[in-house]
Amino acid sequence: MMGSENQEGGEAHLQASREEMESLVLDGDDGRDHIGNSITSQSYANYRSAMTTLSSSFAASHHPLSFPTPADSDPLLSPPSPQPPLLKSPNSPKPRTTATDDPHHLDPPSYADVVSNPLDDNIEANGGSESPSQHSENSTSSFSRSPFSSSDYLEIVVSNPQKEAESSKNSIVPGNNAYVTYLITTKTNISDYGGSQFSVRRRFRDVVTLSDRLSEAYRGFIIPPRPEKSVVESQVMQKQEFVEQRRVALQKYLRRLAAHPVIKKSDELRVFLQVQGRLPLPTSVDVASRMLDGAGKLPKQLLGDSRSVMGPQDVVQPAKGGRDLLRLFKELKQSVANDWGASRPPAEEEDKEFLDKKQWLHDLEQHLTNASKQAEALVKAQQGLADTMGELGLAFIKLTKFENEEAVLNTQRVRAADMKSLATTAVRASRYHRGLNAQTVKHLDTLHEYLVLMLAVHNAFSDRSSALLTVQTLLSELSSLHSRAEKLETASSKIFGGDKLRIRKTELKDTIRVTEDAKGCAIREYERIKENNRCEIERLDSERRTDFVNMLKGFVTNQVTYMEKIGIEWTKVAEETNRYAKETA
Amino acid sequence: MIPTLQRSGSGSTQSPRSPSSQEPFLSVSVIDPAKMGNGVQAYISYKVITKTNLPDYQGPEKIVIRRYSDFVWLRDRLFEKYKGIFIPPLPEKSTVEKFRFTAEFIEMRRQALDIFVNRIASHHILQQSEDLRIFLQADEQTMERARSQEIGIFKKKPADLMQIFKDVQSKVSDVVLGKEKPVEESTPEYEKLKRYIFELEDHLAEAQKHAYRLVKRHRELGQSLSEFGKAVKLLGTCEDNALGKVFSEVGDKAEIVSVKMQREAHHLLMNFEESLKDYVRAVQSIKATIAERANAFKQQCELAETIKFKEIDLNKLRLTRSEKLADAEREYDVLKADGEEATRRFEAIVQLMNEEIVRFQEQKTLDMGLAFHEFAKGQAHLANGIAEAWRSLLPKLEACASS
Repeated sequence: MMGSENQEGGEAHLQASREEMESLVLDGDDGRDHIGNSITSQSYANYRSAMTTLSSSFAASHHPLSFPTPADSDPLLSPPSPQPPLLKSPNSPKPRTTATDDPHHLDPPSYADVVSNPLDDNIEANGGSESPSQHSENSTSSFSRSPFSSSDYLEIVVSNPQKEAESSKNSIVPGNNAYVTYLITTKTNISDYGGSQFSVRRRFRDVVTLSDRLSEAYRGFIIPPRPEKSVVESQVMQKQEFVEQRRVALQKYLRRLAAHPVIKKSDELRVFLQVQGRLPLPTSVDVASRMLDGAGKLPKQLLGDSRSVMGPQDVVQPAKGGRDLLRLFKELKQSVANDWGASRPPAEEEDKEFLDKKQWLHDLEQHLTNASKQAEALVKAQQGLADTMGELGLAFIKLTKFENEEAVLNTQRVRAADMKSLATTAVRASRYHRGLNAQTVKHLDTLHEYLVLMLAVHNAFSDRSSALLTVQTLLSELSSLHSRAEKLETASSKIFGGDKLRIRKTELKDTIRVTEDAKGCAIREYERIKENNRCEIERLDSERRTDFVNMLKGFVTNQVTYMEKIGIEWTKVAEETNRYAKETA
Repeated sequence: MIPTLQRSGSGSTQSPRSPSSQEPFLSVSVIDPAKMGNGVQAYISYKVITKTNLPDYQGPEKIVIRRYSDFVWLRDRLFEKYKGIFIPPLPEKSTVEKFRFTAEFIEMRRQALDIFVNRIASHHILQQSEDLRIFLQADEQTMERARSQEIGIFKKKPADLMQIFKDVQSKVSDVVLGKEKPVEESTPEYEKLKRYIFELEDHLAEAQKHAYRLVKRHRELGQSLSEFGKAVKLLGTCEDNALGKVFSEVGDKAEIVSVKMQREAHHLLMNFEESLKDYVRAVQSIKATIAERANAFKQQCELAETIKFKEIDLNKLRLTRSEKLADAEREYDVLKADGEEATRRFEAIVQLMNEEIVRFQEQKTLDMGLAFHEFAKGQAHLANGIAEAWRSLLPKLEACASS
């Protein structure tokens, strides 16, 4: 998406000047000013990387644990940068109760509750001390989520990636298959969980399993999509950056799951979070094996083995994920008939409200994509301005030093003093701009979150369509079975019996009965999924409204707060230099 | 001798102020850029208005039309005649075709030309120049004739000019490194000055580079704010009445803020970045004067050498009572006179430069002070404006959030 912008001088130069800024000691009129940590930003790469980098270094420099605000609110004085916390959780800004560590991060005025993220990052690996600022309301990854009933919470932290080697005797590929496990620590008060805090180690494969089982169990629900697998996993896994990215993604995913009112109480999730050792969920079998299995059964099915009839227990799952190739073919045939057939399919999606909603969601997705892209560009531009302002300040600081050292005339010293005032303010303003941008990233992240959710909505809708397809297929089958039965009746009334005919009639009656049962099941399943869809869409609507309002409010509030501060700084300099305006006016 | 004139505002875009008293004044402004001609030969012409009560000038007001190369002519003439004085710098010739006629470029150039002429008009020595009078008063044909006759230092190929600068620069470093060359002025103060000028240019160039980038950043941010606003408005179409309206207003506000950004970008460019550029040019002009001084010094030294040798020859001739003695003595006298002239010239340059440096530094403090003031004022205005714009939305957002 966003390639790295090749600044004149390149990234190294940018880093160098930022380090310069960090280590700069300015002799101010107000005594020694130590410019503390500034927010490091790697490059102008894509939005997500910008977000994580900004947020992570932001989190690192705003360690919420017990660093008191300096009483002196001079923005250039800041406490020395603490060690980054053990568990870096880039997506949560510091809790509201901790006052500013870096004065360049400003708490918005009190009416902006949105900036607070109560999520606690400091759960120690050994399940140790509580962080001072634990809120029980939100358990979501993005702070702008609407609060749920404050009575139950489920907080998750993913940390401590470790390489582990799979023992070679079990694996097909000889040699050690290294993989990474992550420590997943959970804090909860939901009764089903029993304990209140616990940890497990899981690998990515387990997450895939969890995700697949949830999709099966919660058809029609808007389930947050899991992080993607990597194509060349073992190669990519070596890199620290990738592992870190994945850790972040996993944490986000689990937190989203924990935010879903139904899924947070699911067995699958609970088992994933709580059960030590091997994950006790049936693993997903890959497509190839399924096909092989299905192909093995196919001949029998084609020969009319009655065990191949779709039974009620089968219809509650979609055809696609299963081993039943015959069913797959039948449903495929049905869907083709639906699309190209002259007659209407036996049952139809009639819910106009649903169709309208689908269209509306399509529009929403388009606009979200656009807005997310523009937000990315905005953040990049804000960062650019902040950085260049800082560089300008640095250049003037150098000039100031130069003039002071080389001064022969007093007027040079006067100029140097004027220049210094401008330079220090420029550096200060630059840091405010950076702070503003870090906050902007957080707020506008909501757009991205909802884009991801749109994907989940598609899945929920396709659950519905495939359930409908199953119903339609069964209906078609039933109608053809019935016509076969009729034919048999007319045939048997003409020809004098015979056992074969009777057997066939009985068999057909059985098949029809089973198929009727299956049809009933399928219809019930379809209705159930429809209802799930409806509830979930309602939930999405109300959450979305809240989240979007909070996003806008947060964005606007931050602009106000930071711009006010920046305005004050520059006004000071303008007043100081006012005499020049009069002189040459 | 015209006494020192009242300083007219440098960089003013208004028409010159009328004087309040009867003391002599000379006030100039460069306005009304107009594109003339077509295609490759197209150029910009400017109106130069002179308001004065000086006897040599056609007063009280005279308007002439001038183009960029006329200004170059004036600068070159002054540089030739007034060695030792820091001639005010001109804006660069534009090499990139497509920028030559953008409104922004034309305005930047006009501003710089206005400042140029005004600085000359307010310099106590330069304002007396005949060339200035011609420039301000002559009709266009006379001007064109004068311009085409010019053979000045800047008519030399740029390579030569660079060579001169390089020579001066290498000589500075030679002395700094201790490799003293005989034909080079090397008093510690002068060395310090040369070093100062060269380093100053580097520092200023860097600052100016960042200033220009800052202008660009403002523009980019303005642009992306505008796009973002549009995207937000679109997103709002998915929402119902109350929320949809809020989205729409946020989008509108983003557009307003975007406009403010663009305005500040322009203000930054004209009032800050250009001032820095002007500072850089001024320093480069000083370097040219330094080169002139080096030339004068070299001439003086060479003549002194020649005179010494001539003396030796003379004495030889005296001893041998040669008939060439009379001629030789005449030549010697001429040489002596030349030598004295060269020394006078050199010392004049030194004297002028000393005064000019002081004048330059003081002027720059004022110029920079104003530039800083404008910068700070612009940034404050922008920040406060943005805060105010967004603040007006907060009550509505608050209401929406709590409902």
